[in-house]
Amino acid sequence: MKFGVLRFPGTCDEVDAQLACERVAGAEILWHGDRDLKGVDAIVVPGGFSYGDYLRVGAIARFSPLMESVIDFAREGGPVLGICNGFQILCEAGLLPGALLPNRTLRFVCRQVDLRVERTDTPFTNACEQGELLSIPAKHTTGCWYAPKQLHEQVEANGQVLLRYADGQNFNGSLADVAGVCNEAGNVFGLMPHPEHAVDPLTGSTDGLKLFASIRDSLAAHV
Amino acid sequence: MRVLVRPKAGILDPQGQAVERALPALGFEGVSQVHVGRLVELEVADPAQLPAMCEKLLVNPLIEDYEIVSIDGAPAASAAGAAG
Repeated sequence: MKFGVLRFPGTCDEVDAQLACERVAGAEILWHGDRDLKGVDAIVVPGGFSYGDYLRVGAIARFSPLMESVIDFAREGGPVLGICNGFQILCEAGLLPGALLPNRTLRFVCRQVDLRVERTDTPFTNACEQGELLSIPAKHTTGCWYAPKQLHEQVEANGQVLLRYADGQNFNGSLADVAGVCNEAGNVFGLMPHPEHAVDPLTGSTDGLKLFASIRDSLAAHV
Repeated sequence: MRVLVRPKAGILDPQGQAVERALPALGFEGVSQVHVGRLVELEVADPAQLPAMCEKLLVNPLIEDYEIVSIDGAPAASAAGAAG
């Protein structure tokens, strides 16, 4: 199987994302101005500062030609993983619930965080154990996940929260410690921390690899 | 035209809070309810399209309210709290 990793002007984590994907399958970079998804089986929207974060994080990238194709791909059930700025873009595109606000401290934070796995019966977490803590780095200024009360209740009732910051580690002020949330259909998932930076023992943790392996395994199970 | 964008009431506004704390530190007393938003100035051929422009791009209605004001200061349209 092959991952497609999007690249916008201002994206900076696409090479790490590609390398992470290549540890479990094939991967190819897709350019924002193209519409062709080149037959990839899953999409990764990586982190960075697409279009300089102008207006609002993710607001401009959401309208790129490539994103129009990704939106169609997602509506047809294709797996889409958004990381950091990718998560912000997917929220702006309406593919994921809620929005990302500035960290409550207003500061850029770069630190290793533990994420608690809330569900394992999903295309993104099936290689994890229920309740397992994943050690993954986070690095962002605008990562405080927020949804209005009614939407948040709906998201919780549907079991769309797949990852939460472990106790005491919610450094950005996210509602209900939400670190990663999926859409109602379960095929689009976004998180603020960076699993693609946690794939090699050299950097301390390989827990991020489990998310990429989960996507590969869920696709293999459907072939 | 001007589009004034502000955080929805009740939403965590750390920028507003930071400014609210900073002003008394400089000796300005009696400041409260500070909110920091965004100003978009633009010339448009058809101002009737502005609400659609706001809903689609200029504003994230989930977290922000907006107000459209003509450049002479008269309010033209507002969507404060519209998306609850």
